[in-house]
Amino acid sequence: MKLRGTGVAAVNYPTGMNLGGDPSQALIHATTSGTFVVSLSSTDLGQGHRTVIGQIAAEALGVAMEDVIVDTADTDTGPHDMGTFASRATHRVGNAVIAAALEVREALLDVAAEELEAARTDLEFDGQGNLMVRGAPARSLKIADIASAAQFKYGKTIAGRGAFMKPKSPVDPETGAMDPDSTEAHACTVAEVEVDTETGEVKVLSIRSAYEVGRQVNPALVKGQIVGGAWMGMSHALYETTAPYYPDPGHAPKDFSEYLMPGAHEIPQIECVVLEYPSSNGPYGVKGVGEMTANSPIPAIVNAIYHATGVRIDELPVTPELILRGLDAKRRAALVAPAADTTATAGR
Amino acid sequence: MSPALNVVGRSVARSDGIGHVTGRTQYTTDHVFPGMLHLKIVRSPAHHARIRHIDLSEAERVPGFVRALTYRDVPHNVYTILGLIGVEPEEEFVLAEDRLRYKGEPIVAIVAESEEAALDAVARVKLDLEELPAVFDVEEALKPGAPIVTHWGNNTFMYEGHPCRRVRFGDVEEAFARADHIVEGVYDTKPIEHAAIETTACIAVPEANGRYTVYTNSQAVYFSLDNTAIILQIPGNRLHFVGGTVGGGFGGKVDVIVEPLATLAAIKTNRPVKYAYSRSEEMQVSSTRSAWRIYVKDGVTRDGHIIARKVTSYADSGAYSRQTPYALTKHAANAAGPYAIPNVSIDAYCVYTNRVPSSAMRGFGITMASFAIEVQMDKIAELVGLDPWSIRFINAYRDGDVKPHRKVVEDATLIETMQAAAALVGHDLPAEFRTMTSAPRHAGEE
Repeated sequence: MKLRGTGVAAVNYPTGMNLGGDPSQALIHATTSGTFVVSLSSTDLGQGHRTVIGQIAAEALGVAMEDVIVDTADTDTGPHDMGTFASRATHRVGNAVIAAALEVREALLDVAAEELEAARTDLEFDGQGNLMVRGAPARSLKIADIASAAQFKYGKTIAGRGAFMKPKSPVDPETGAMDPDSTEAHACTVAEVEVDTETGEVKVLSIRSAYEVGRQVNPALVKGQIVGGAWMGMSHALYETTAPYYPDPGHAPKDFSEYLMPGAHEIPQIECVVLEYPSSNGPYGVKGVGEMTANSPIPAIVNAIYHATGVRIDELPVTPELILRGLDAKRRAALVAPAADTTATAGR
Repeated sequence: MSPALNVVGRSVARSDGIGHVTGRTQYTTDHVFPGMLHLKIVRSPAHHARIRHIDLSEAERVPGFVRALTYRDVPHNVYTILGLIGVEPEEEFVLAEDRLRYKGEPIVAIVAESEEAALDAVARVKLDLEELPAVFDVEEALKPGAPIVTHWGNNTFMYEGHPCRRVRFGDVEEAFARADHIVEGVYDTKPIEHAAIETTACIAVPEANGRYTVYTNSQAVYFSLDNTAIILQIPGNRLHFVGGTVGGGFGGKVDVIVEPLATLAAIKTNRPVKYAYSRSEEMQVSSTRSAWRIYVKDGVTRDGHIIARKVTSYADSGAYSRQTPYALTKHAANAAGPYAIPNVSIDAYCVYTNRVPSSAMRGFGITMASFAIEVQMDKIAELVGLDPWSIRFINAYRDGDVKPHRKVVEDATLIETMQAAAALVGHDLPAEFRTMTSAPRHAGEE
């Protein structure tokens, strides 16, 4: 028999981790062609960190994406960064890049004021790569030309330094009072499953979620995290372990032929909506979406299995064996006391 | 998207996308250097053992063998990754000295002209071991008489004098006494692998100026550099770490394991040295997500309000703590979940066993808390006769609430997120939840 069920789970996720202090730094300088090089020691793990930081730099500098080069993960050229983890990179590095861009803008204003023979306070950026005298668009300079003039006419650097650090939060060892993170992102997932009562196999039919992650810098990359995380959460819930007989350490898998994960044909329908409630402390209101996307799918799937079968399973991964044992226990309970509540608990 | 923004909020094409899909992106092990040597590790075949003797004589005769490194070659052999931010004590051995604490623990590093020669030499190292009783379960490890894994006499990480990270908020026992229902659950999760596409790797290259360039797929190049400088006892300015695009991290590339040994081998041989995990090393000896056992006891009123929660959590750190103590702290700060619970008590234990060390992984201390809490929420809903949505709306935290770790909530949107999810799946919410917001409560409002 195939039984269908729906499960819900809602989660918060604290982004950043500053129990040891959590600094990130950025340097930006202009080249002769008016390109801005953003130097970082922060690392792109494949999630699109370089792209997102390029967007934040272009926004903060008021130039086009094409005029920004993001140089990452080099300890000779990039200033210090704690690393890419704890859903911190866009939040921390983004803030550092904005701070550096503000210094760059000050340096540009100094040179433009001389070139345009205008008061610094009368100048404004148009966000399209130009600096102009407010109310007089004819008196305008390309940022690229200002950068060039700075180097060849005035002998000045167009550069900026930026840092962001949430200071170390000590933990009160008695009460646990602490401030270990920057902001809370949220998710709510609804999972639909179909359980085969003969084989114990679970087919995930859909994973549909709402996310609230502060500002999205790049919606396509946010969606990439959500879809990838839904798959990872499903994999944790139903497939993966390095110790199938935990706590017994035996039978540890050696490769992907022994370590089960869902393949392309097992991927369910994955849908999401993303809400934007900007945070007070992230760049343009960013909260971060890195880690949290694998979290809510796990309990949503486990709750859906209960809804489908009446079998409560309190351990991961939920293997077909656990489900079959749970169904057996339920049947036995029904035989002993046919009128009683037949809800069974598998595992423990 | 705010109309004031030009680029932020747009789905611009990723800058490295073309490189990824055409195979032109350079990953760490795509770097090739003339005269590059290969490093492979002799690993413990036992879960817990004393080393009587190591015989390298046959390994040394393998054609292509260059040299072996033991703990005697490592200037600062006992370290702790989080020592950089003040976490104590130093406990993990770069290369084992007299005792082996997990199956797969590194004992000897073999450097050879080819990967094949290195593996051949590794296979010819003879180990004379005295096996010791081992412990693999978090609660067994805390019982009197359990084999002791650490060098300080018990199997827990110590948090400022406590064997666990504690949170104490309100009066849990008083609230349990007046609760209408007590709901208890025990949640178990097994260890898992990060399973990134790219395995952990680095190449250390001696430069003419006396420095060492280390190409690495570390998630944190400065963290790796600073730890390497400590282990090798050399000034940080002799090291230049270069990363790039990493083929997936998920927390699996924040342990500083390959860089110190590859750099040491480059120093000793004055040649480039590559140390890259095979897939089976990644699966069997790299850090996992910890196994967890989480006991949850909730005191609930008959209308579904959770008025007390007591959580006792055990994370299986394996033989060394790596990043796990930190995960327990993050866990302790979030074991109440996104709910307003006025009385909370949490004891979160980082437990040592003779298992492969666990460490950071995506969701760090939170993923398993969310699993336990959200299954628990469904049990509570069923017991008090509410649906799974109502129980969550009733208990959702709001701005101005104080979390058990004394942090005032200022960016709650759980309610709005649940409303959006209900709309997405076409679930009709009753008006009271449809119009609820995360705005601060009025005086006296529950």
